[in-house]
Amino acid sequence: MMRMSRPTVVTEWRRPSAFPARWMGPALGLGLAAFVLWNLLSLQVDPARVSRGLGRAWIVFGRAFPPDWSRWELLVEGVIESLQMAALSTALGVLIATPVAVMAARNFSPLGVYAVGRGIISLGRTFHEIIVAILFVKAVGFGPFAGMLTLTWGSIGFFGKLLAEQIENIDRGQVEAIRATGAGPGAVLVFGVLPQVLPRFVGLTIYQWDIHLRQSAIIGIVGAGGIGTTLYNSFARYDYDFSLAILLVIVAIVLLGEAVSAAARRRIQ
Amino acid sequence: MLEVAGLVKAYPGGDQVLRGVSLTVKATEVVFVIGPSGAGKSTLIRCINRLVEPDAGSVRLDGVEITRLTGAELRRARRHMAMIFQEFNLVERLTVMENVLSGRLGYVGLWQAWRRRFPPEDVELAFETLKRVGLSGFENKRADELSGGQRQRVGIARALVQRPKILLVDEPTSSLDPKTSEAVMALITRLAAEEQIPALINIHDVPLARQFAQRILGLNQGVFVFEGTPEDLTPAVLDLIYAGAGEELTSALGALSVSDTGV
Amino acid sequence: MRAWRRFSPLQTALRLLARLGAAVVLLWALRGMDIRWEFVSDSPAQMGDLLGRMFPPDWAFAGEVVDPLVQTINIATVGTILAVLLSIPVAFLAARNTTFNRATYALGRLVMSVSRSVDSLIWALIFIIVVGPGSLAGALAVGVRSIGFVSKLFAEGIEEIDRGQVEAIVATGAGRFKVLLYGIVPQIRPVFAGVCIYRWDINIRESTVLGIVGAGGIGFVLNTAILGLEWSRVGLILLVILGVVVVSEALSAYFRKRVA
Repeated sequence: MMRMSRPTVVTEWRRPSAFPARWMGPALGLGLAAFVLWNLLSLQVDPARVSRGLGRAWIVFGRAFPPDWSRWELLVEGVIESLQMAALSTALGVLIATPVAVMAARNFSPLGVYAVGRGIISLGRTFHEIIVAILFVKAVGFGPFAGMLTLTWGSIGFFGKLLAEQIENIDRGQVEAIRATGAGPGAVLVFGVLPQVLPRFVGLTIYQWDIHLRQSAIIGIVGAGGIGTTLYNSFARYDYDFSLAILLVIVAIVLLGEAVSAAARRRIQ
Repeated sequence: MLEVAGLVKAYPGGDQVLRGVSLTVKATEVVFVIGPSGAGKSTLIRCINRLVEPDAGSVRLDGVEITRLTGAELRRARRHMAMIFQEFNLVERLTVMENVLSGRLGYVGLWQAWRRRFPPEDVELAFETLKRVGLSGFENKRADELSGGQRQRVGIARALVQRPKILLVDEPTSSLDPKTSEAVMALITRLAAEEQIPALINIHDVPLARQFAQRILGLNQGVFVFEGTPEDLTPAVLDLIYAGAGEELTSALGALSVSDTGV
Repeated sequence: MRAWRRFSPLQTALRLLARLGAAVVLLWALRGMDIRWEFVSDSPAQMGDLLGRMFPPDWAFAGEVVDPLVQTINIATVGTILAVLLSIPVAFLAARNTTFNRATYALGRLVMSVSRSVDSLIWALIFIIVVGPGSLAGALAVGVRSIGFVSKLFAEGIEEIDRGQVEAIVATGAGRFKVLLYGIVPQIRPVFAGVCIYRWDINIRESTVLGIVGAGGIGFVLNTAILGLEWSRVGLILLVILGVVVVSEALSAYFRKRVA
């Protein structure tokens, strides 16, 4: 029997806190609310300006409709340039990123090489492609070549990271069997690793192409070629009806690229 | 002849898996190693071809000290020690022929490997070996289309085309049903006899060992606790080998009734 | 002796043809790059020169970067909040188990696709026309751009709701709102919280460049410095961006682990 020194009846129940101490939950909530409020206030939204903006928006949208397709040659030119940039940068990017991925796969590389590989990948991922584009435009001049280099640079981080993950996930037994035959490191890669990652490799390549196609639409803003340049020029000239046509084409290309890439990847896997 | 002496291995942060293991496999001898899982059987085999690096001890194959070899020398030595795996370890997405030919990878250059251009005599050997393991006509099938027994036959063919001086066989039947197990074990021992090469075979299944072995070693907790013929494997001896792994003894003997009635 | 080929002659021919085709496409693409080799041959020197000018960074300029940096965080945060608010209805429309009918489902999916397929920089160009240059345009761009991502993941979270738990709450006799509160919200809350934090982190990165087109934040200072060829300032700004991105990524990873 339990010792009943004092009859205790629990009449209160509170949900246990997700944090080490109960005060932390509300404190975090309060802090978050204050942070949000500060953000909203410091945006300094001026109601007068917004209403004026809305008025102007009507005019702008009025000018944008209907979309202007009369300069379709320019549009096609931009799209072709984007396609070219995406194709070349994907091929080049994959070529460069593959050895980086092998370096950055922990099950394949000694610690020193692994660290270098990871370092290169982080370097490729840190800066937004538009910043990279600005620098390449400075280095090789305006045009699609700068854009192509920008996208290639992005591949090193993106493709390298994802491929390295694939290599890290392969079945070790198959590799071990090839090593046991006395094969050298190159032959182990060709017979033990490559067959295992090949479907993923192709899938990632298509995905990378899809992403490059999207990015090619924006790096043109800083002069790195592609449909983005066409779009930016139309904005600068206040040709909003042409801008709308270009925007519609960009949306269509992106959706199409996504569909093609998804279908192709489904077939491979 | 394979001579192992005083082999020691501990994995980082773990107990010693091998605590001074010594054994000899003579010219054309087939030696079976039994013992509970975790006794160190797989580690022993992998320390011989150095897929796992031993901490101490010596491994000599026909007088060559394997533990001192580095890089290319080690790879040359591995060509002479063919391994057969528990999970077959075929490269699943390659064809049967490519898997068999991978046994010759130690002999061809990287470019030839990439182009799949193996010397004609290697290809002929591969065809011949596929016939010997009963897989003629399977060469263009992909490894992942095969049944377990067929996969292990490919694994055996891959080992044989190495023209090895010894077969290292790690639990070749653990992933197979009893009937296929027996057929695979019969094939391995027959081929080893035909080729006149010795074999070191890890096995979990005691009745199967009894059926095929001339000489059996019992490994428990990283040391050999038994050596003898199948007749010497009395219940008392088995208790010793499987000491501290009672349930496993039952499972190791479990196949007994099946294979006894099966034969 | 028997010969063995990995591929039949027909397969070999097809593979060769495919490779030739790829080579032709790449060559055609290369021609489209209209590379000016005199620039290219000069580019390593240019790059080296650029990096040389960026370092050491102009630390004295650091004081003038603080304000734009704060603005960048504001844009990302307000944009994320906006996106979450707008995404909740879109997600319920675009989730198969909560949408009303096919038309509403299609509408939800359409909003999602359009939002995702136009980059935040292009959204920024559009909103600058509407509300003028500045942070507001940036926040709106980030918000609208994020709807697709956030509502897609929200909708997936909603579709994965376990019907049994909802049924059990309904069985207690609870009303619609109480069912929502006790049966649905607890199931989707971790997903929602994780997505919000993740998107905030992405938005920080995106907000660092919006200023390049005039939508406020540190990108504006970056653009000014680049146009003015003040490379040591550019170096500093790039370092600051690097720091912010790394810190926000670490914060996001930490908090996502906590809410999961």
